[in-house]
Amino acid sequence: MKLQRLVAVMLKEIRQMARDRMTIAMMIGIPTLQLLLFGYAINPDVRNLPAAVADMADTGGSRALVQDLFATGVVRPVAGARTPQELQALLREGKIKIGVLIPPDFERRRIDRREAVQVIVDGSDTSVQATARQLAMLPLDGGNALPASQISVLPLYNPRRISAINVVPGLIGVILTMTMVMFTAMAIVRERERGNLELLITTPVSSGELMVGKVLPYIAVGLVQVSVVLLFGAWLFAVPIRGSLAGVYGAAMLLIVANLTLGLLVSTVAKTQFQSMQMAFFLFLPSILLSGFMFPFDGMPKAAQWIAELLPLTHFMRLIRGVVLRGAQMTELWPDVLALAAFTCAMMALAILRFRKRLD
Amino acid sequence: MANEAAIAIRARGLSKRFGALLAVDAVDLTVPRACVYGFLGPNGSGKSTTIRMLCGLLTPTAGEIEVLGLRIPEQAEALRKRIGYMTQKFALYEDLSVRENLDFIASVQGLPRDVRRRRVDELLQTYNLADRGKQLAGTMSGGQKQRLALACAVVHEPELLFLDEPTSAVDPESRRDFWEKLFDLADAGTTILVSTHYMDEAERCHRIAILDRGRLVADGTPGELTGQLAGRTLGVRAREPRRAQAVLHAAPGVLSVAQVGNELRVLCAANGDASSRLQAALQAQGIEAEVSAIEPNLEDVFVSATQGRAEARAA
Repeated sequence: MKLQRLVAVMLKEIRQMARDRMTIAMMIGIPTLQLLLFGYAINPDVRNLPAAVADMADTGGSRALVQDLFATGVVRPVAGARTPQELQALLREGKIKIGVLIPPDFERRRIDRREAVQVIVDGSDTSVQATARQLAMLPLDGGNALPASQISVLPLYNPRRISAINVVPGLIGVILTMTMVMFTAMAIVRERERGNLELLITTPVSSGELMVGKVLPYIAVGLVQVSVVLLFGAWLFAVPIRGSLAGVYGAAMLLIVANLTLGLLVSTVAKTQFQSMQMAFFLFLPSILLSGFMFPFDGMPKAAQWIAELLPLTHFMRLIRGVVLRGAQMTELWPDVLALAAFTCAMMALAILRFRKRLD
Repeated sequence: MANEAAIAIRARGLSKRFGALLAVDAVDLTVPRACVYGFLGPNGSGKSTTIRMLCGLLTPTAGEIEVLGLRIPEQAEALRKRIGYMTQKFALYEDLSVRENLDFIASVQGLPRDVRRRRVDELLQTYNLADRGKQLAGTMSGGQKQRLALACAVVHEPELLFLDEPTSAVDPESRRDFWEKLFDLADAGTTILVSTHYMDEAERCHRIAILDRGRLVADGTPGELTGQLAGRTLGVRAREPRRAQAVLHAAPGVLSVAQVGNELRVLCAANGDASSRLQAALQAQGIEAEVSAIEPNLEDVFVSATQGRAEARAA
């Protein structure tokens, strides 16, 4: 490997990158968009569900119950109804997600400790269904006979307690997996498609110089993305970093090189840019699903866990959650550091071996 | 051929098969040094495939290659420092400027930094690109791109240049300038192997090889090749050239008839007195015509070399 040729390849990549608007868009745009999407829109907390109450009892107790219900903020009244039939019609038309039926003999049922209130729910949305079950736990005594703390819906749905803080560190990994693989998955195929490669392989440049020269500039792009997510995370969602900032960047760096080298390997396998896009996407899905970003790792079947161990994102998830949420040191998390480093070396070696300075 | 040092490329029985297609079929080739050697042939005749095998990009199915004393493809890596290659399609980076492209190739070819700067400036001057150093390569005209590609191919002063149809996307004036540059390089001792399908370009080469459907059908200097056809090319002036052409086409021993202006240009097979045979054929159909000998050119060489094969195949 000769430094001059390596630097030449790097410089060339940086120049091309700087002239390509897509690079800038992917560098800043994707992390910002993803963060906003996951932070705000994809929020597992359900609030403000449109609802209607048919209070057929119309007693002091029932009116107090209705007030308690709306006070949770989980449902809001959008329509009035008098009969179960009206509630059902509203549900069918999609005007409400939840209907609450209070029967005429509400007070008697309450005293008899029988079923006194029926919550009818639009079951087509599973998160709404889950919410309805929470609503059904409202104490029917209106807080008189049971302690007020038994009204337990609100704390469970506090958005500040679950989503953003857990999601943002993991999101760094998801964004890096998405963009980094894509960047280098194109690298070799693009040169082949544009005809540059035929000339390049008649020069003395070696496979190693070409591969390493293509990877190095994109590390900087990845680190910019990490910074964007961290800044926006702190600013919009007040995500704290309990561990060291160096630890966060260290973990990100490991994931960046792992994904870049994986992309390179894809690029030596794919025949066209379209194919390499497809392959990158094919690798992206299991990373999202199995890495522990979406579903808890320990809850997955053994076979899925083995596959997950092969994915760089899985190891990054453990590293970043350890560093950001538990304040752990990188040295304490050495098995995952080692796994990512080994993955990188294997991918790079395979890419260099697969790349031939031939056309056949 | 003279001693070993005087030979740049030697190939024996060179063949390349792509599946069912035999793209190059047992080609023997000897290219002397400091010579402009032309590959003439229609599209699909195996010119590009042969060039790619000679510079080690494709592995031959059969045959032996020796380029600059190196065995190819085994020693291809050692050859790469000593050759320049200009691909048929523009292969430089369209999103880099002219100077950046040259600088990149110069670095990759291993020119030290101080030499590089001087060499790039020098090439920008030589190839009339001095005022376009900052322009993106993708925004240039065909002729300018081709000059840049040549400049990049010679940046490390290679002993041997492979040019694959370098002038296919270029206007006539740029083509003429381009050939002047090639002769400058040959004059300085560079061996040039250039493929083309233009007859006028082939005529300018020191030596040419004619390829047809993968086979080498003729090679030699343009003078030698046209000399072999002496007496076989005839001009026919007739009052009704179209009718005369139809008659001549059917006449025995006629390989081709082409109308050039008012005259018919006839290429005959190599037996007997062609002139009197043509006269007889025309008279039999009552056509008055004047038959005279004309100078053979490379197009005639090409037709006679490829026609013979077509008939042999049909038989």
